[in-house]
Amino acid sequence: MTIQNNRYPFQLDLTNGKIDMNHGSGGRAMAQLVDELFVRHFDNELLRQANDQASFEISAGRMSISTDGHVISPLFFPGGDIGSLSVHGTLNDVSMSGAKPLYLSAGFILEEGYPLADLDRIIRSMAAASKKAGVPVVTGDTKVVERGKGDGVFITTTAIGLIPEGVNISGDRAQPGDLILISGTLGDHGVAILSSRENLEFETTIESDSAALHGLIADLVAAVPEIHCLRDPTRGGLATTLNELARQSHIGMRIREADLPIQPAVHAACELLGLDPLYVANEGKLVCIVAAEHADRVLTTMQQHPNGKEAAIIGRVVEDEMGFVQMETTLGGSRVIDWLTGEQLPRIC
Amino acid sequence: MKYIDEFRSGELAQKLATKIQQAIEPGRHYNLMEFCGGHTHAIFRYGVQELMPESVHFIHGPGCPVCVLPTSRIDQAIHLLQQEDVILCSYGDLLRVPASDRNSLLKAKATGADVRMVYSTQDALKIATDNPQREVVFFAIGFETTTPPTAVAIQQAAAQGLKNFSVFCNHVLTPAAIQNILESPEVREIGTVSIDGFFGPSHVSAIIGSRPYEFFAEEFQRPVVIAGFEPLDVMQSALMLIRQLNEGRFEVENEYHRVVSREGNLKAQALVAEVFELRPLFEWRGLGQVPYSALRIKKPFSEFDTEERFTLPTIVSKEIRGCECPAILRGAKRPSDCKLFGTVCTPDNPMGSCMVSSEGACAAYWSYGRFRQAT
Repeated sequence: MTIQNNRYPFQLDLTNGKIDMNHGSGGRAMAQLVDELFVRHFDNELLRQANDQASFEISAGRMSISTDGHVISPLFFPGGDIGSLSVHGTLNDVSMSGAKPLYLSAGFILEEGYPLADLDRIIRSMAAASKKAGVPVVTGDTKVVERGKGDGVFITTTAIGLIPEGVNISGDRAQPGDLILISGTLGDHGVAILSSRENLEFETTIESDSAALHGLIADLVAAVPEIHCLRDPTRGGLATTLNELARQSHIGMRIREADLPIQPAVHAACELLGLDPLYVANEGKLVCIVAAEHADRVLTTMQQHPNGKEAAIIGRVVEDEMGFVQMETTLGGSRVIDWLTGEQLPRIC
Repeated sequence: MKYIDEFRSGELAQKLATKIQQAIEPGRHYNLMEFCGGHTHAIFRYGVQELMPESVHFIHGPGCPVCVLPTSRIDQAIHLLQQEDVILCSYGDLLRVPASDRNSLLKAKATGADVRMVYSTQDALKIATDNPQREVVFFAIGFETTTPPTAVAIQQAAAQGLKNFSVFCNHVLTPAAIQNILESPEVREIGTVSIDGFFGPSHVSAIIGSRPYEFFAEEFQRPVVIAGFEPLDVMQSALMLIRQLNEGRFEVENEYHRVVSREGNLKAQALVAEVFELRPLFEWRGLGQVPYSALRIKKPFSEFDTEERFTLPTIVSKEIRGCECPAILRGAKRPSDCKLFGTVCTPDNPMGSCMVSSEGACAAYWSYGRFRQAT
């Protein structure tokens, strides 16, 4: 009698195969999915140990952790897909503390019937994003839900990172007199997603700005360790992020419409669809608040990085106990920029 | 952006502001109603009021489609969803409009009703084509601008022989509403509301032309200036209205001549006339029953008329107590006069329809914060 070397008699059918309930059962089918898809593409030393957790040494200091669930529709869009987005989004959340991200974990909720070919595409894209960022996926989980109880693929990722000594970046540190910077153009992600919705027939060359920003942040923190706040204006757009920071820091803000970087095509799409680019999501931009004397240095550092070429100073922090964010319009009037109400676009990240 | 930014130029706005300042007569107040929500939105979004002298007052009119739709029509749609296996398609804002008993289409959707947001009538037609086993109802709302696309959809459905598509028609007419406001006791007799002139609708007028306003400009002696939806359009039109008032003229002038002609879009008018006819009476939120102010689907197309296809109960609208939307829609009150405004009624939890759409007076007041600066 010979013991079969090959653990699985047949390879996963990545051309025509579909997710079925067995892939979440904890049995051999699940092990095969994990081996032939996840471990194969995410391949790294910690994952290869095949434990239920990943264990590693850390140096002393402050750590940062963040979790983000991704339930986007559609799963593929110009400039990215749920796989790359689930890496970028969470790395960005962790690195907005100034941290250098170290490891990722990923939880997958797959819907019965989802094509393995599409899942393969998503995992490859996720693995490529993780490799490019230099942050490995070291542990994960897979569940399958019955057809109709999910929407293809949901991915939840968690990242942890290490904060360099002397860095204290937090949403409650904005002070009157500080200047507000944005690292690039607004609304690209939301418009890219919208353009690929099946019920919206408009063609655009706009691609999502989905990108990991920890490289840019490392440069910023090295240039100006005294940065007060960093945040990525994702859901709810710039308007919502500024309101969050104003509330946390008990200050007000004044921004200038004329200084906001917006691509003409995004501006046009928003005009057509009745959206306000201030409220449209970004996935590769950050807001930075810094003391006025450091603003030029931050701006130059941003502009020298590929993820910050179109950076701009867009406004300043003022005393305001009501915490209003106001904008001077291009027309010369002013208005309050309020929180986003309802959803401009459902499920964009 | 070419052809848009030119109408939002700060430099030109300053020049116009100076001209307006020079044009106003000392001691005189100018109460100008913008009928359309599009104008209301532009005024708030660009901060136009701040560039105006204090004696120029914008009064926000009822030209916001979701704002004037009576609760009973949404109640009827919800009833239909509960009784029949239908897919209800509607434009986005409508989903959040409060119905009776704190319900809304959005809440009905959350409890299992198949409500879908569409961007155009074509989306609704496609849903009907893709779901031949299901009844698809398009909840049609809007003024003369949105009527032609609905007419096209009905004609296409007829041409394609679609058996599962119908339109719940709630299209309303602008001139009838303006006339109703001018005839209301508050304006005519009591004098609590003073409206000296009107900004005429821009998109609506592209369809119906400027001629329909000539009657009431003369009859009610109020100047009308058809104004584009960009902030400089609004400022230029304000200047034109101020000049007419100073000179004692009551004419229909057309600031938006880059789009609007006196006759309007004759092709669209003919299309609408083929499919729709006047309703003798239609309820408006705020204005009540207004004669000949809305459209219904003509008999030859009755198989595409939701009201003919299904039995809809007569429902009497119940307004939220304390909600001042009706008075606000008539221009009789300002949003900040309402006790609910900003307390229990906010864009996140709208009690009245004016708080729903960004074109609604209350939502615009809230979102763009004029009231906050005033307090």
